[in-house]
Amino acid sequence: MAGIDIEGLATVYPNGVRAVDGLDLHVADGEFFALLGPSGCGKTTLLRTIAGLEAATEGTVRIDSADVTRLEPGKRGVAMVFQDYALFPHMNVSENITYPLKVRRVAPATRSGVATRTAGELSLQGLLERKPAQLSGGQQQRVALARAIASEGKVLLLDEPLSNLDARLRLEARTFLKKLQRDLGITTVFVTHDQAEALALADRIAVMDSGKLRQLGSPREVFARPSNTFVANFIGSTPMNLLPGKVTSESDISVVSVPGGSLPAATVSVPADAEVTVGIRPEYLTVASGDISGPALRGGVVVAENLGTQSLVTVDCDGTLVGVTVPEEAEPSPGSAVVLTAPATRVLLYDRESGELLARQPAPVA
Amino acid sequence: MTSASAPVRGRTPARDVAGLGVGRAFGFVAPAFLLIGAFLIFPALWTIYIGITNYRLTGVEAVSPSIVGLSNYTKALNDALFHNALWLTMVFVLGSAIIGQNVLGFTLAWIMRRTRPAVRRTVEAFVLLAWILPSTVVAYLWVAFFDRDGGTLNGLLGTQGTAWLIDYPMACLVVFNTWRGTAFSMMLYSSALQAVPPSQLESARMVGASGWQTLRDVVFPHIRGHVLTNTLLISLWTANDFSPFLLTKGGPNHESETVPVYIYNVALQGGELGYSSAISFLLLIANLLVSLVYLRLLRRRS
Repeated sequence: MAGIDIEGLATVYPNGVRAVDGLDLHVADGEFFALLGPSGCGKTTLLRTIAGLEAATEGTVRIDSADVTRLEPGKRGVAMVFQDYALFPHMNVSENITYPLKVRRVAPATRSGVATRTAGELSLQGLLERKPAQLSGGQQQRVALARAIASEGKVLLLDEPLSNLDARLRLEARTFLKKLQRDLGITTVFVTHDQAEALALADRIAVMDSGKLRQLGSPREVFARPSNTFVANFIGSTPMNLLPGKVTSESDISVVSVPGGSLPAATVSVPADAEVTVGIRPEYLTVASGDISGPALRGGVVVAENLGTQSLVTVDCDGTLVGVTVPEEAEPSPGSAVVLTAPATRVLLYDRESGELLARQPAPVA
Repeated sequence: MTSASAPVRGRTPARDVAGLGVGRAFGFVAPAFLLIGAFLIFPALWTIYIGITNYRLTGVEAVSPSIVGLSNYTKALNDALFHNALWLTMVFVLGSAIIGQNVLGFTLAWIMRRTRPAVRRTVEAFVLLAWILPSTVVAYLWVAFFDRDGGTLNGLLGTQGTAWLIDYPMACLVVFNTWRGTAFSMMLYSSALQAVPPSQLESARMVGASGWQTLRDVVFPHIRGHVLTNTLLISLWTANDFSPFLLTKGGPNHESETVPVYIYNVALQGGELGYSSAISFLLLIANLLVSLVYLRLLRRRS
């Protein structure tokens, strides 16, 4: 119903910076969609262009299949929650929530009904008379969400929705946000620089860099099979190991030699002797015990960092540092020699030059 | 080790933040107190004293003035020319300060907010020029502008022979003072507008608020304190402004004689120094009352 279609969209700033550079994107109706990328990648500009706060230089934005590219923000049927929530400090919660209705000259009686109902949906009962300054960060965010919902837009845009909350509250708000989006079923696009946030919340993630789309997919796809080394580097709380490698044998299971040994790779499309970049997540590497017959990495433990339920162990493999996560209490002591193995399906091969993913077989279901 | 724990001899350190002590601190502020006393407090008290005498510029009362009590004040309350001056001052303040400078200054600041920096700086420079030029220079420029024969305004409108300063003296003064003082309001509102969070303006834009709704619901609540402070300052400055004298000398026939001009005319044309001092004191009281009203409004905000 209210999907978003973006075609060849470019937003160029007066100083010539192409913040959004020729983007095609489709957000389905009811989808929870994340725009993810490092700061300056154009994700916020894209969101603001959808909102109409920035003018598109090229291309079109369609909401609910109506072309809104040249429409004023207020006429697009889009609601937005800003990073700082942008609550009006001189209005109380009720006035803030119903401000969109006041602008449309809705009768005060109707407005107070909407305020009560929306406040109920967002557990803000009893706070309607308070001023924003008297609310906690989480409550302020819910008021901002309530105002966006009260404006009855077809699309909800969230700019860094969790970044202004402290760590503990953030987790709570994340759960709340996901449940709210499910309940309302409203098409939602949010911007974040935090990959964990995107993975946790979104139905689909668009990873952006320099105004361009680098990968589009479900959190699982983006995490397990980053389609290039940029995304591989960006996604994951512990960064993916990217090692220089060379394909040594080519059969159903290729073997790539990397510093410190070799790894298996389930790929068929790479010729032998090809120079590649080998990507393997620390979570998918295992510290092997006993003798290993197949391809493996050998090295000495440099340092072990405690991450709570597991530890990140850094292993020196012939001068290249490789990260591997091990369960708690199983961490090898620094200086000891270890053998690392990985399942062939988890080893990804990237073109050394372009950084694009080489293996093109169906994504493994984890 | 024992010597380290012995108390250090010397004066006990001063307990204030700067560590000066009362004596030296007073030494630092004494020059300022002397200047304020000599040039502000003494003349003010002197004016109040003269206000209850029949002191004159010339004649017997110039040599030996006598105390006349409050008769100068009762005279002012029944003086039609003083009433006229009060009325004209109110018109002048309302027209050129509260409406003219305020509205024009805010409008300029609001428009300049989104223009290119080069345009903004140029406009600001020109507006500021009107503010920093000496009154005598500015008055001469405006006399030339309004002149009956060969004046710029008549040249622009093709209305040779219209004596603007004689036919419409108050309107001329209001236009003149608006032009002269707008810079201050513009600068003050420019910085005030920067204190309005952009995301709040954008929030209003997202829900489709019109320009007027945005101003009313988002901008003015944020800059209310600035509006009050600015209005207070420019009202007081305008009420006490003497430059109307440079354009019209209060004429023709007292038609543009604001209170400061009237005080000057009474004191130096009429020579009644005692009476003019009494009127000065009344103007001071009026300023004080206006300030108190503004301060009360400001406090109600918080």
